[in-house]
This record gives sequence, structure tokens and C-alpha cells, in this order.
Amino acid sequence: MKDLLLVLTQKEIKVRYKNSWLGYAWSVANPLAFALIYFVAFGIFMRVEVPNYPLFLIAGLFPWHWLANSIGAAPNIFLANATLIKKVRFPRNVLVASTVLNDGLHFLLSIPVILGFLIAFRFAPSWSWLIGIPLLALAQFMMAYGLALAIASVNLFFRDLDRLTAIAITFLFFLTPIAYSSSMIPTPYQAMIYLNPIAPLMVSWQQLFLSGSLSWPLLLLSYGYALACLGLGSLVYLKLSSRFAEVV
Amino acid sequence: MTAVRFEHVSKWYPRYHQLVRGFKASLLHLPETLRSFKREQFLALHDVSFQIQKGETVGLVGANGSGKSTTLALIAGVLVPQTGRVEVKGRVCPLLELGAGFHPDLTGRENIVLNGILQGLTRREVLGRMDEIIAFSELEYFLDQPIRTYSSGMIARLGFSIAAHLDPEILLIDEILSVGDLHFQEKCRDKLREIKTRQVTIVLVTHASAEVRRLCDRAIWLQEGRVVGTGDPDSVLARYEQSPCVVR
Repeated sequence: MKDLLLVLTQKEIKVRYKNSWLGYAWSVANPLAFALIYFVAFGIFMRVEVPNYPLFLIAGLFPWHWLANSIGAAPNIFLANATLIKKVRFPRNVLVASTVLNDGLHFLLSIPVILGFLIAFRFAPSWSWLIGIPLLALAQFMMAYGLALAIASVNLFFRDLDRLTAIAITFLFFLTPIAYSSSMIPTPYQAMIYLNPIAPLMVSWQQLFLSGSLSWPLLLLSYGYALACLGLGSLVYLKLSSRFAEVV
Repeated sequence: MTAVRFEHVSKWYPRYHQLVRGFKASLLHLPETLRSFKREQFLALHDVSFQIQKGETVGLVGANGSGKSTTLALIAGVLVPQTGRVEVKGRVCPLLELGAGFHPDLTGRENIVLNGILQGLTRREVLGRMDEIIAFSELEYFLDQPIRTYSSGMIARLGFSIAAHLDPEILLIDEILSVGDLHFQEKCRDKLREIKTRQVTIVLVTHASAEVRRLCDRAIWLQEGRVVGTGDPDSVLARYEQSPCVVR
């Protein structure tokens, strides 16, 4: 099981880098490109007033892309391994875990880029990163894995789930304070934002990268949602996995 | 000692194509969807009972759709029967169809590790068998090339070499001995005979009667999901070959 996770994750990484030496550049380019376009559209044209807006965008977009990539890939994880699932008995959830782990690893590897931007804007990294990054990364792994596992499993039975997933990701992005800050939300809606399971986590990342602070209530809420996602994913998987080979 | 025991096993599939059309269609036609669950089933195996002794080589024969692959999948543990019991003693190793479990962008060597671990071995165990596998496949010069550059015959060679060297206790072979050149086919047969002498149970699905006569101790003939004949390969095959072709 441990070996399987290791080898599958290694495989994902090797495949990404084998296709092009620019593998690392690509995994960084995507969130950077979005940061640029949001900066132009919202920062310059719509004049969103967030201090150090480019930095703010980067601090939120990098972790967001990990989540969005994993969830976006989820519907196809089991489908892409159909022949294997039909023939070999192995823990299928490892396929999902390795995908999420791989995306997470790329996020961690892209932290130096975030650091570079901080320094360029005359911000300093903080020692609190050393605890904050692992804590938030673990919560995010559990959340992304749980959601991806549920989506990957259900998609075998309802094949149009990938369309819904794509729409849901867009909804989630704009309902989460990534392109805008949570303080810009009108007061009546302020609390509602935390009904969104990924909002506390994303706000925590932004605070950690920009001010080196960790808000314990937000962290607690993040873990609450992460555990709920993990529970949901595991439940769906347990319920459906014995029939995967029939429907894949 | 019994390696595989089927006791009154029935397996039916819902007609999932009703369902696979997706969420939207399923919800729009909800009553119809629910009714279709109950009504439309495909009976793949009907009250099947048989035993396979340890060390025995058994050929499963029958027309397309007679339940041979379903039987293999039940032995492999990827499917669960609706009624009856399937008991399997020993580590099952399915010989995968062309390229399943391989990633085209990984090299032959990397794919050997991936495949071995998927079949339930540890990394160390696979690495320990690496040289034998490579030698048997006769693919030394290609082993560090990505699999996508291999011909289909080469992929088949690699697949057989891996399965044959993972020390399975029960080896499942689904119609794949016919690939590879004549020299390699002969080599595969020799290898299977050698594996047989080591008390490995082999279950072979094939339409090549000659293969069953040459390798198997016993044949089981399936027709429309029922066992209609079992016993000495020559007599079972003689009856099977004279039967009118029934395809569902």
C-alpha cells in the first residue's frame, strides 16, 4: 500500500517531467498567468482596492490551483485506469491519493516562487511558515483527497459529473476570497463566506504568506471541513467501490 | 487442497447504460430510471458451482458472452457475486491484457516496478526479480525506452514476463497467449509448463482449443452463464465444438 502510493506518485511526477523539461515551469506558469490576468482585469480595470494586490492574488492562487487541479482531474482518475480496475484487485483510492499528492507536491515546490514575489515586494517570510505550511497542507490534502475520491467514484455511475465538476470549480473560485479579500464582502454576507468549505483554508494561506500569521479559529474550521470532506469521500468510496469493475 | 471454489454463484449486471447517460437524463426521467434498475438485468453467471484444485490448470471455454471473463474477475476479486460464495486461496495474479497497467511514457523498467506493485508485491520484491523478468522478455536493449515506442508484440512479451515471474499462486490468463512471435509463444508455453510443475493454479480463458488440449488438465465449458460441461479437455472440447454457436 505504501509502496503503491509511492510508485504511483513517482509515476505522475516522472510523466509530468518526461513530456517536457519545462514541467516545473508549467506548474508555476498556470497560477502566475491567472494572477496576471486577474491583476489586469480586477486590479487595473475594475480597481479593486486590496493592498499589494498582485501578492495577494499569488498567495491565494497557488494553493487554489492545487485544489482545483486535483478536483478537476478527479472525474477521470478511475476512468483512465479502467483496464486495471477491471482486472486487478488493488486499493483504488490510492490512485486518487497519488493524484492529489502529486498536485500538492507541485504546490510545495512552487513556494519558492511565492517567496521570490514576497521579497520583490519587500516582504519577509516568517518562521511561522514552518508550522503553518505543513498544517495547512495537511488540511488541504485531506479536503482535496476526500472531494476527489467522492467525485471520482460517483463519476463512474453518472458520467456527466465531470461537466458539473467544472462548473462547480468556477462557482467555488468566485465564492472564495481569492480574487477579492474577505473584508470587501458587504457585512450581511461576511459570515456566509465561511459556509464555503474551502474559504477558511484559502484565507489561512493568504494570511500565512502575507503576514506570517495563523488564525486558530480559521485553522480549526479548515480542519473541520477537511475532516467532513474526508469522511464523505471515504463513505462514498466504501459504498461504491465493490461495483467499480462493473461500471468502469 | 482447493484453490478456487464457486458455490452457487450468480452474478448479474444492471443495464448500466441506462444510468451512464448521466445525472441530467436520470433525474429528468427519474421514475423510468428507478424502474429500469429492477427490470433490466443481465444474468452473467447463473448458479455456477465448481472447484479448482491447487496446482491444476483449467481452461474455461465457451462462446462470447458466456461468462468466462466474469468468472475470472470473480476469482481475481474485482467483482462480488450477488448470491453464492467465491472462495479463493492464494495470491491471484492476472496476466493483463495488452498494455494494461503500463504507462506509455514510462520506460520498460519503470513499468515493471509499477506493474509488480499493482499486483501486490513490494518494491523490493519486484526489484529482486527484475533481472529474471528482463532476461525472459529478451528486451534488454529497449528497457530504458518509454513503452510507447514498443511494438504490441514487445508489450505482450513484457506483460507475460512480469506475470510469469511474480510467483503467483493462482495465475489468470485471458486470451493473450496468441500475441508475440512464434518463438516467444513457444517460450511462453514452456514457461507455463514450468510454472505448472511448481503447483501454481492456472485458469486459462481462450478460444484456441489446441491451447486448452496442450496445457490444461481439465476444461470447464460455460454457456449462457451456466456450467454445461466439465472434465477431461478432449471430451469437453469435442462436445463444445459440435454445439451450435450461441451468442447472447
